[in-house]
Amino acid sequence: MGAQLRIYRRRMRSVKATKKITKAMELISASRIVKAQQRVTASTPYANELTRAVSAVASFSSTNHPLTTAHENPRRAAILIISADRGMAGAYSTNAIKEGEKLAALLRERGLQVSNFLVGRKAVNYYKFRNREMAGTWTGFSDNPTYENAREVADALLDAFLADSTQDSLGVDEIHIIFTQFRSMLTQEATAKRMIPLEVVESSEAVPTGLLPMYEFEPNAGEVLNALLPRYIQARIFNAMLQSAASEHAARRRAMKSATDNAEDLIKSLTRLANAARQAEITQEISEIVGGADALASASAGSE
Amino acid sequence: MALNVALVSPTQKVWSGEATFVSARTTEGDLGVLPGHSPLFGVLVDGAVSIKGTDGTTQEFTVSGGFLSVSNDRVSILTESVN
Repeated sequence: MGAQLRIYRRRMRSVKATKKITKAMELISASRIVKAQQRVTASTPYANELTRAVSAVASFSSTNHPLTTAHENPRRAAILIISADRGMAGAYSTNAIKEGEKLAALLRERGLQVSNFLVGRKAVNYYKFRNREMAGTWTGFSDNPTYENAREVADALLDAFLADSTQDSLGVDEIHIIFTQFRSMLTQEATAKRMIPLEVVESSEAVPTGLLPMYEFEPNAGEVLNALLPRYIQARIFNAMLQSAASEHAARRRAMKSATDNAEDLIKSLTRLANAARQAEITQEISEIVGGADALASASAGSE
Repeated sequence: MALNVALVSPTQKVWSGEATFVSARTTEGDLGVLPGHSPLFGVLVDGAVSIKGTDGTTQEFTVSGGFLSVSNDRVSILTESVN
């Protein structure tokens, strides 16, 4: 076997091995998207009820709760970026990180300092590589977040929010979240949203409409709001995490699908090249034999 | 007349359906809800929630904290964890 042919065969083998891996990853992601989507759906009733409750309490009580009123003179804002733990998901993490950079620039223009809270190894590595300060990092659950994870993150953010930003260097006055919205299998979009101060009425979310009733509060509106808002933040972070997880799987499936397709193309063209090389080898051998026989024939003809 | 009850946790809808009576423990004490109750929003403490279905069966749940909201015969109980 000629050297050229051997090299082509070796490359084909390695591409085939890669294809097997990417194909497997594609299938795994495809099956996980469904599960992740189901989790998003399962968490929606809770989120909807909570949103409804918060809107009702916030709009019908005159309580000035720190979580609902904007700070007059904000100094610091927190950004929570939800990214992936693993790569191989195309531009999924990059998009979320980029969205975060955009938002940070916007906040700096308003004269705010930015503290970063990061979920997912990809975002953490990005910030670590650039030697940036991180106020909080969480890793290890990006593809399958639990409510506990969301609560941990929410608690850290609320702590930072409740600390006084004028005295405490860690206190923040605003909290923004960046996550990847799962629109469909094909479209996922990195989105930035302000969580605190609350924009309670959101047109984008499917909140059951209709007139909100005049509630009686037990024990009273202030207490209810105190108890309600942390849960609301947790539920929103949880929902964002679940959507991001579904998006991560969808992005990975797409990236792995195109990797598999590319590997197939590569194998096809390598097969052609290998065939041509083999044919060239054979042709050369034949012409060598014919040429040799010719030379022998003409030599023996000359001697006679 | 029946109450439309939903008991939901962050990860799933635990129970939903029609009921004639719901009782839960709020920070102020035990609270019972019958059809026609006025709109109410209460903070729950750890304890039992019992739901008496229209078919006569009673469901008992132990919740750890949460909220109860009643409006127009629609009762939703939000809780972080149910046992």
